Amino acid sequence: MKEIVVLSGKGGTGKTTMLGSLAFLAENKIIADCDVDAADLHLLLAPRPGSENKFVSGVKARVIEDQCSGCGTCDLCQFEAVTLAETATIDSLACEGCGVCAYFCPEDAIVLDENHCGTWFISDTDYGPLVHAQLFAGEENSGKLVSFVKSKARELAEETGAGLILVDGAPGIGCPVIASLSNTDIILAITEPTQSGWHDLERVLDLADHFKVQAFVCLNKWDLNPEMATEIKHSCQDREVEFLGEIPFDPAVVSCQINGIPVVGNDDEGSAALAIRGIWNKLKNRL
Amino acid sequence: MGLEPAGGVGENMRIAVASGKGGTGKTTVSTSLALCAPGPVQYLDCDVEEPNGHIFLNPEFSVAEHCEVTIPRIVEAKCTYCGKCRDICRFRAITMFGKTIMSFPELCHSCRGCFLVCEDEAIAEDKREIGLLEAGQAGEINFVHGRTRVGEAMSVPLIKAVKKKAWKDGLVILDAPPGTSCPFVETVNDVDFVLLVTEPTPFGLHDLKLAVEVLLNFKKPCGVLVNRADLGDDRVDTWCRESGIPILLKIPFERGIAEGYAKGRNLVESQPDLRKPLENLLREICS
Repeated sequence: MKEIVVLSGKGGTGKTTMLGSLAFLAENKIIADCDVDAADLHLLLAPRPGSENKFVSGVKARVIEDQCSGCGTCDLCQFEAVTLAETATIDSLACEGCGVCAYFCPEDAIVLDENHCGTWFISDTDYGPLVHAQLFAGEENSGKLVSFVKSKARELAEETGAGLILVDGAPGIGCPVIASLSNTDIILAITEPTQSGWHDLERVLDLADHFKVQAFVCLNKWDLNPEMATEIKHSCQDREVEFLGEIPFDPAVVSCQINGIPVVGNDDEGSAALAIRGIWNKLKNRL
Repeated sequence: MGLEPAGGVGENMRIAVASGKGGTGKTTVSTSLALCAPGPVQYLDCDVEEPNGHIFLNPEFSVAEHCEVTIPRIVEAKCTYCGKCRDICRFRAITMFGKTIMSFPELCHSCRGCFLVCEDEAIAEDKREIGLLEAGQAGEINFVHGRTRVGEAMSVPLIKAVKKKAWKDGLVILDAPPGTSCPFVETVNDVDFVLLVTEPTPFGLHDLKLAVEVLLNFKKPCGVLVNRADLGDDRVDTWCRESGIPILLKIPFERGIAEGYAKGRNLVESQPDLRKPLENLLREICS
């Protein structure tokens, strides 16, 4: 079984657009949306409601007011979650769930509640099964939810004999992205020919080196800046990262998003769809 | 929230520019607002995984500080293998089997629980570098950003370090990371106003709703800027109207803006017509 994660560093460069199209093109696969704090893939793949499940991870501390003597021991919190007045209160957004306050409270006045912090789904789509999730607004634990979505996708792939898992990653290079890299075979990095896009791509490729995952690069909206597109290609060459292709700016990409369909596979495929097909043809031969 | 134009701008005002979805134009808008400020202004780039503000503002740095978190190092000579440190750690950063005890620094959340429970002085303080903070001057703008170490999953302590540099008085503009989880919350939790930059697409709207949900949870005043306003549909307009979230400015798609952005040119330079509307926007928010 192989696994491809689509990453970008910078947000809004076309990860989900690319993944939606790969979901149409690839055969016998499971699709996983690992951008759990702003999951958008379901907007393209129109999942039919399947199973919906609670995601519980970590704990949040809560003060039982009646038992609190206001001694202030819990102020050893390192996350500035405790406010002291007559009794202590804990800001659940700031609480890291370390449990130190509860451990040291001399009155046993702090309880640790299980933290129900998101929902995860297995849905059926026209393109194959989709594992996706939504972290509740403002929650932490995105890395854990990403790992969970990935493990469910893997289980499902084993059950169904799928040969491929397609993973839509989060922007950035932090916690959720690092979690999406475990057991991955290939990173497909998609960026745009802008200073920011390039800067952030370099950080993604550094991350790929750090975790020793093979990376490939493709460029979206390359014609917005052809000179920089060429420079990025050269810099990939210098890093010995294979460049798989470039997608032109195509207004059809926005209209497909509005209609909730992948860019490839619709009746009037334009220049972007053609380019994505080319990239997939190369990528599948590298698996 | 008052939206009447007023004379003075930015006394003790902290404005975060955020979005939910990545790539909608947070950095474009936040750097341009800083450039349009009539007086002293500070720009904090809180997108520490992929900071891009420096590309558009070209600061000269005079400060570079390593940002570190405290982690445990087990002093085996003093350890009595009581297991208390392992038991208190909810992040599994310490394991013990028989007379072998190990710490996993990358799992540590720096809660200090292990230091506090150890009765044998067998845990010494070590440091893990999570990133670099740099500060300096970009013309009239005081500039601060952080940059996480590649491979580092924890970004919140670095965002906190960047925010510690915030002026107590005066106008401060914070460029927020994408998403709606802990890095976003850390950036916006104590600002006076959040300007949400979105695009009129289903992805933009979906992620805008998530960001607004977080902000409403802690009753944070916010308004919307619609970027690339003519590339999409009217669902963002409709939703904002129905939800009572003001749309403060619309910026149409211009190839000139996209090409200028690609080269690292800021918005007011590539599109001087936008200076006036941005100045007005700032005045509205600050009034």
